[in-house]
Amino acid sequence: MATRSSNWATKSAWLLTKDLKSEFRTRYAINAILMFALTTLTVASFSLGVFSLNARIISSLFWLVIFFSSMSGLAQVFVKEEESRTVSILKLVATPTTVFLGKLLFNLVLLLLLEIVIVPLFIIWMNLSILNLWLFLFVLLLGSLGLVASTTIIAAIISRAHVKGALFAVLSFPILLPLLITAIDGTRLSIEGEAFSAGWSDLRLLISYVVVMFVASILLFDFVWSE
Amino acid sequence: MLSLEVRDLGKWFGRRKVFDRINFSLEEKSSLVVTGKNGSGKTTLLKILCGLVRPSKGDVLISVDGKTLTRYESKNLLGVVMPDLELYGELTALENLMFLSRIRGMDPDKDVLEEKIGWVGLVGREDDLVFSFSSGMKQRLKYAFALVLEPKILFLDEPTTNLDEEGISLVDQIASLQKQRGILILATNEKADLKYGNQIIQLGD
Repeated sequence: MATRSSNWATKSAWLLTKDLKSEFRTRYAINAILMFALTTLTVASFSLGVFSLNARIISSLFWLVIFFSSMSGLAQVFVKEEESRTVSILKLVATPTTVFLGKLLFNLVLLLLLEIVIVPLFIIWMNLSILNLWLFLFVLLLGSLGLVASTTIIAAIISRAHVKGALFAVLSFPILLPLLITAIDGTRLSIEGEAFSAGWSDLRLLISYVVVMFVASILLFDFVWSE
Repeated sequence: MLSLEVRDLGKWFGRRKVFDRINFSLEEKSSLVVTGKNGSGKTTLLKILCGLVRPSKGDVLISVDGKTLTRYESKNLLGVVMPDLELYGELTALENLMFLSRIRGMDPDKDVLEEKIGWVGLVGREDDLVFSFSSGMKQRLKYAFALVLEPKILFLDEPTTNLDEEGISLVDQIASLQKQRGILILATNEKADLKYGNQIIQLGD
């Protein structure tokens, strides 16, 4: 068999392809994510429908729906490998960087799929008008990248633990808090129609968060994966 | 020239010692059988040797022509069959081998992989999901995975588990072939399997 000069990016793409094929066949995460999202959104929409909410509450609600829905699926990315006992074979054939990037890409695809469904529904059901759409989209994209970078490394850490649920909450709360506060504030500014320059400080914070989490995760993952 | 050297290897789980002061070296066309009671650390030793578990102390050095390889450089030299090593149930036999070859950086040839799957006795089952395989068929597929790259070092843990007579003679054939082309390391409780080893290590004494 010929050796191919494939780099970590190509190998990560193969891992992503395998995970997508596997997810398509088992519906391990996507059903949980979508059902959770629709339930949360429906409850919020019916209970708050008659009230006129200000931008701060709407944007908090928006990120709460995304956060809780995504947590039900994104945290499973390594747990699934542990439960099906395929983690050893993956360790045997792949480098830690390949595995981390492949799993991160898979979580990103899952989250983007969730957002494609949930964001239009949220806007319609909450009768929301976003006055600065570009700022909203940038905050959403950077917030999603931050969410994915953090949850992927947390998922790797908790996959080896016996009390996965409790540990996930304990670890994710302090790590995700700055991300969620900044994303909520950026979303509020976009709903209120503030200029791009007004949201720039939030965007800078989100970019920094994504870079720091991504680099720290890559450095930490080798230790988490190999122990 | 390939060699595997183990220096002063020890493993503890918390305060419990599994084994300590393991030393041996193997060169091409040689073999080692690790034996001992249940819980004596046979599987742990094999996992350390193939890089799945880190030792508490000591070193495992794999060298080619005098150059010691890193853990990741040696990945493609190894073939492993172990009860703990499960293939992906939601993929077909062929998809499993394709994926595992690609992520190792190889360019898999479908015909070669199908031939390998046929060779381990799974002719016509290439496109079946591994979920639907019996435990013996899964064990045979693990051999196909381990042999895809014609490994320089082959690790077999309880090699005949779940296999029928035909499967056991296949293992016999694989072990003989491996002893001619590289290094064979085997962990077993079966007295009959001791014949495979040029060296024997008894753990748990």
